[in-house]
Amino acid sequence: MIRILSFLAMFRRERRPGDLVFAVAFLVLAALAAAALPSQAKFLGNKEFVSEPGFWPLIGVGMMLLFGGFHLITTLNAPRLPGRLKEVLLWGRSLEYVAWFVVYVFAVPYLGYLPGTVAFAVALSARLGFRSWQELGLAAVFAVAVVLVFKTGLGVKLPGGAIYQYLPPSLRSTFMVNF
Amino acid sequence: MHVLLQALDLVLSWQVIAALLLGSIGGVIIGAIPGVGPAVAIAVLLPATFSLDPLVGLTLLLGIYGSSMYGGSLPAILINTPGTAVNALTTYDGYPMTQRGEALRALGLAYGASFFGAILSIVLLILLSPVLAKIAPMFGSREIFLAALLGITLVIVAHKGQIAAAGMLAGLGILLNSVGMEPVNFTMRFTFGLTWLTSGLDLIVVVLGLFAISQAFLLMVEPNASPKMDGVKGKMSSAIREVFRYKRIAATGGGFGVLMGMIPGVGEFTAQFFSYTAARRTSKAPELFGKGSPEGLVASESANNAVPAAALIPLLALGIPGEALTAMMLSVFYVHNVVPGPALFQGQLHFVYALYIALLLLNVIVIIFMLGSSNLLIRLIKVPTRFLGMGILILSFVGVYSLRNSSIDCLIAAGFGVFGLILKRLNLPIVPIILGMVLGGIMEVKLRASMAQINGPLDFVNRPISGLLAAAIVLIVVVSVLNSIRERLQKKHNKETTALAQ
Repeated sequence: MIRILSFLAMFRRERRPGDLVFAVAFLVLAALAAAALPSQAKFLGNKEFVSEPGFWPLIGVGMMLLFGGFHLITTLNAPRLPGRLKEVLLWGRSLEYVAWFVVYVFAVPYLGYLPGTVAFAVALSARLGFRSWQELGLAAVFAVAVVLVFKTGLGVKLPGGAIYQYLPPSLRSTFMVNF
Repeated sequence: MHVLLQALDLVLSWQVIAALLLGSIGGVIIGAIPGVGPAVAIAVLLPATFSLDPLVGLTLLLGIYGSSMYGGSLPAILINTPGTAVNALTTYDGYPMTQRGEALRALGLAYGASFFGAILSIVLLILLSPVLAKIAPMFGSREIFLAALLGITLVIVAHKGQIAAAGMLAGLGILLNSVGMEPVNFTMRFTFGLTWLTSGLDLIVVVLGLFAISQAFLLMVEPNASPKMDGVKGKMSSAIREVFRYKRIAATGGGFGVLMGMIPGVGEFTAQFFSYTAARRTSKAPELFGKGSPEGLVASESANNAVPAAALIPLLALGIPGEALTAMMLSVFYVHNVVPGPALFQGQLHFVYALYIALLLLNVIVIIFMLGSSNLLIRLIKVPTRFLGMGILILSFVGVYSLRNSSIDCLIAAGFGVFGLILKRLNLPIVPIILGMVLGGIMEVKLRASMAQINGPLDFVNRPISGLLAAAIVLIVVVSVLNSIRERLQKKHNKETTALAQ
């Protein structure tokens, strides 16, 4: 028993709140990937093992399982810090901003890059607590600057907007290409 | 000499000079703002550089990489918050000097040491290049495979205390790289029948998610902070010149930076550790280290700024990136069909020299900029962190969407953003995922190519360089395991001794 405890002491490390949740989730992901391996990566049987299409996915999954297992052991073996639930809730809070980003991504092809970006910057700034006219104005200026630098200036391929078809013909193509 | 002139001709175009100015000054500003960092900036700018000439694009990115550490030392010294991760050690001695009323001296020493380290490393590498041009062709498929394997091994063992986490995340990177249609037998790997996964996961999408979008989410979910700092008064040029009083320490730091920068997966932190330890060991006042020692500050800053030029060596000579930033730059090469590796050193040495000259010039631009810009930077970096998060998210959209005009890519990047946020909150390393993806791809191609040339496993290591690389891998693994056991036993012994003494 003492030997086992000494062995476990070798894997002790500093732990942070939420570490265990992540370690378990990662190992579950690795196990799922291992279970999917036979159907998702082929071993054709007519070439050297290391040249098989499934060889590198096997290496990746193998490392995830092996090191993920060790990581779980080190995590279990480390002194626990309080605050796990608070930490996991903070991870969850980021999903709100994922939603904001997704709305922005899908709105731009309809609203156009310039109007979509200005609307997104102003609305998100207000959500983040910057609600004075000066702060909202600054957000709008930043959005316009990004559009001018990347789409107008550098010609980076970014979507126009379905809304631009309602513009007068003389402005339509300019807006489509530059804003 | 002829090659150098050709390289100068390449660098002295208005586009390269514009990229130099933009990259170097932009890099200083980005480095000075805690919470952004060069990785975020490079990830965001990467797709925009694809439309530029390769040298122009690379100069822009190199500018950010090479100058961000200058900027990062400013908040590290003035408010005890490193602007970039590698400026963490600068806070140890820089901030106590500020508390003693020596902020200007600390900033001058940091800038001077950074400049000293960077120039030393660039000059050394220009001198080394003809040698590298002779060695590089000795690297065939099996040597490059083994060098990539060495890189993965080093990335894992270099994460002391987090080896298991680094290993599992490198494994995830290798798996992510294999997703999609495999190009030799055209079989699908981990696509789950989804057509949008057929072309695989783009490295840039993953990089943008893990570095930029995760940082945006992190800044937005955490409470707002706006750094407050006072301006500095006095003449910066005389403060910078003081570094020549510590030229031995700066030269040693630069040397460690070159050495560690060349080894894939090691980088700035190890260089700083060796440089700082060596400086303390040889100092007449070692008790001042960590309490405001000018020698400590010089040791740390000279080592970290010597790394970027050296990190280009494995990338250019072998096509193997040693860390995340050079891994991102690799994609610029591929987009322009410039394949880094032995052929680049043989056939396009002028291009390699041009990159080094660009690095040299950017350091000169930065040091001139730093002479009078500290107070301007202090005003610029007072941007509230949550506002900064909003800005990074908008810029990330430019980076992800412009790659393939794909909304799906944006969703994937957002997913990796959440994953990156969790890793950052848990202080787990992100770099092994990126290097797993890049080096995994290289290993797969090179191992397959090697198999056609060998008859048995021993043929793999029967050439001098491949034998040396294989021996290095075995040695690193054995030494790392033994060190780890010895440290644990030492810790246990110390605990028992303390318990007995009580």
